[in-house]
Amino acid sequence: MNPTSTLSTSRPDRSLTTTDRVARGLGWFSIGLGLVEIIAPGRLGRALGLEGRERLLQAYGGREIGAGVWALSDTPAPAIWARVGGDLLDLATLAVGLRDADSEQKRNAIIALAAVAGITVVDLLTAASLTAETSERKGETGRDYSDRSGFPQGAASARGAAEGITPVDFQVTATPERAVAALEPAE
Amino acid sequence: MKALVWHGKQDIRYDTVPDPEIEEPRDAIIKVTSCAICGSDLHLFHNYIPAMKPGDIVGHEMMGEVVETGSAVNNLRKGERVVIPFTINCDECDQCRRGNYSLCERSNRNKPLADKVFGHTTAGLFGYTHLTGGYAGGQAEYLRVPFADATHIKVPDSMTDEQALFLGDIFPTGWQAAVQCDIQRTDTVAIWGAGPVGQMAIRSAILLGAKQVIVIDRLPERLSMGAAAGAIPINFEDESVVERLNELTDNKGPDKCIDCVGLEAHASGHIDSMMDRVKQATMMESDRPHVLREMIYVCRGGGVLSIPGVYGGLVDKIPFGMAMNKGLTFRMGQTHVRRWTGDLTRRIDEGQIDPSFVITHTADLKEGPGMYRVFEQKQDSCIKVVLKP
Ligand SMILES: NC(=O)c1ccc[n+]([C@@H]2O[C@H](COP(=O)([O-])OP(=O)(O)OC[C@H]3O[C@@H](n4cnc5c(N)ncnc54)[C@H](O)[C@@H]3O)[C@@H](O)[C@H]2O)c1
Ligand SMILES: [Zn+2]
Ligand SMILES: [Zn+2]
Repeated sequence: MNPTSTLSTSRPDRSLTTTDRVARGLGWFSIGLGLVEIIAPGRLGRALGLEGRERLLQAYGGREIGAGVWALSDTPAPAIWARVGGDLLDLATLAVGLRDADSEQKRNAIIALAAVAGITVVDLLTAASLTAETSERKGETGRDYSDRSGFPQGAASARGAAEGITPVDFQVTATPERAVAALEPAE
Repeated sequence: MKALVWHGKQDIRYDTVPDPEIEEPRDAIIKVTSCAICGSDLHLFHNYIPAMKPGDIVGHEMMGEVVETGSAVNNLRKGERVVIPFTINCDECDQCRRGNYSLCERSNRNKPLADKVFGHTTAGLFGYTHLTGGYAGGQAEYLRVPFADATHIKVPDSMTDEQALFLGDIFPTGWQAAVQCDIQRTDTVAIWGAGPVGQMAIRSAILLGAKQVIVIDRLPERLSMGAAAGAIPINFEDESVVERLNELTDNKGPDKCIDCVGLEAHASGHIDSMMDRVKQATMMESDRPHVLREMIYVCRGGGVLSIPGVYGGLVDKIPFGMAMNKGLTFRMGQTHVRRWTGDLTRRIDEGQIDPSFVITHTADLKEGPGMYRVFEQKQDSCIKVVLKP
């Protein structure tokens, strides 16, 4: 058995990997963006040619915050995958906005499209590497430890070897014997 | 010296820190020869236990050799081998004299804070939160032991580190969990969690004479280790825990239930555990009590719920009416380690039990942070990690 070969971190003397740090960065970014979408959907919509879609932008904001909070938890991988899905939705929405945008909005939307495309790549790489690094057990089937009874003299002789040692302050079970003793009149 | 240092959530590093020194007459310094990573360390790793500070040295399962003693320590010699219990006890206060070592009224140096948060203080613990004194832990080359004349377990030379190490925590923890069930010959004992504590609880319940021991988990390697001692395994991902437990007890339910899981119960697809995850992530609830709910529901009336699993703060939706009407007894707490270790050392020495069966991984202290990830993610069928400074 060689535990070092299965270490999930690139540096065994640190538990947090670069990927973990990037995932947390994405989490905070998500929360920040989500807040903007919820607080200022009107300005955002006008800038990107998405007027009249404020409700949608706010819903996206909720989605961003949810993914962000989750990405900061101790199991960030699903959240980053959710972000990848969200990115695709954002790209599609921006593309729709591009159709009926004026020239200024077109320029903004194209910049936004490029930015989201960039983030999508980061999300995808981070999600994939989180899954590869920290996916529980990496698809192993558990080892068989059925030879480890822990009883050097055998499990059969261990059974009851310490029977009846419960200290008085730990005796909490109602048993027929104890009940009889309790019901007997005092001498 | 070198030590494993907590820097934040999932961020533990192998750092250089100042060597510990004698601060009080009852102190001793030990050179750590072996230490282990505990399930409780994972709760700190995930930052579920409040009042950790960046820079804290972690670890509370350790043993080693005495290198220095304070002026008031007369019962330890240099070079002597000792296991250090994770609960620091003075041996003199009212709680210590009752055997309630984990409630020692004098060893928590942050008593005012603990009095506020818990109502009344608990004992000081090594390598744990500042609520329990914030004492430096033992995943390190050296350790300062406060109240060292009382806070130690001497180890016979015939015993290896691997056999003795767990006397400081998980062995007496599994033992106390079973003892506080007051096990009778007719009892079925159901144990949730087949981690190191669950494994020790299984062996203890068998030694204490339970008729039937059942272990619940989802990891096949851990269930196989439980079955090795004679426990009946239930995989909660494949079968219904409640149905199986009722089947195995003629529909009466287990007489005694032990929670060896604690506040990070796995979301097993039940609605309640998914809600707990969301609430925990958004800080609406600090703990995920799925196992507690299941135990209250399935336990036989008049039964005992024994809870060595650690909880940190608030739990939600506990069916307390069910517990009240069924007349259940709850027993719980951090382990009163030294109350049990005399007896347990003898049982190891006599070959009745050898706790080293649980060790699956051994590594250098330097590789400790990586081993936290391996243990956290149950990779490579990891059950218990021992580190060598
Ligand atoms: N009271 C004390 O003094 C004391 C001392 C040591 C450890 N502990 C606590 O005991 C608990 C267990 O410690 P460990 O070292 O064995 O940890 P561990 O994390 O290795 O084991 C926990 C086990 O519980 C299983 N589990 C998770 N959800 C479950 C569910 N819903 N049903 C059944 N099983 C489930 C996991 O798969 C895992 O095998 C922790 O909470 C730890 O903090 C308490
Ligand atoms: Zn522990
Ligand atoms: Zn005391």
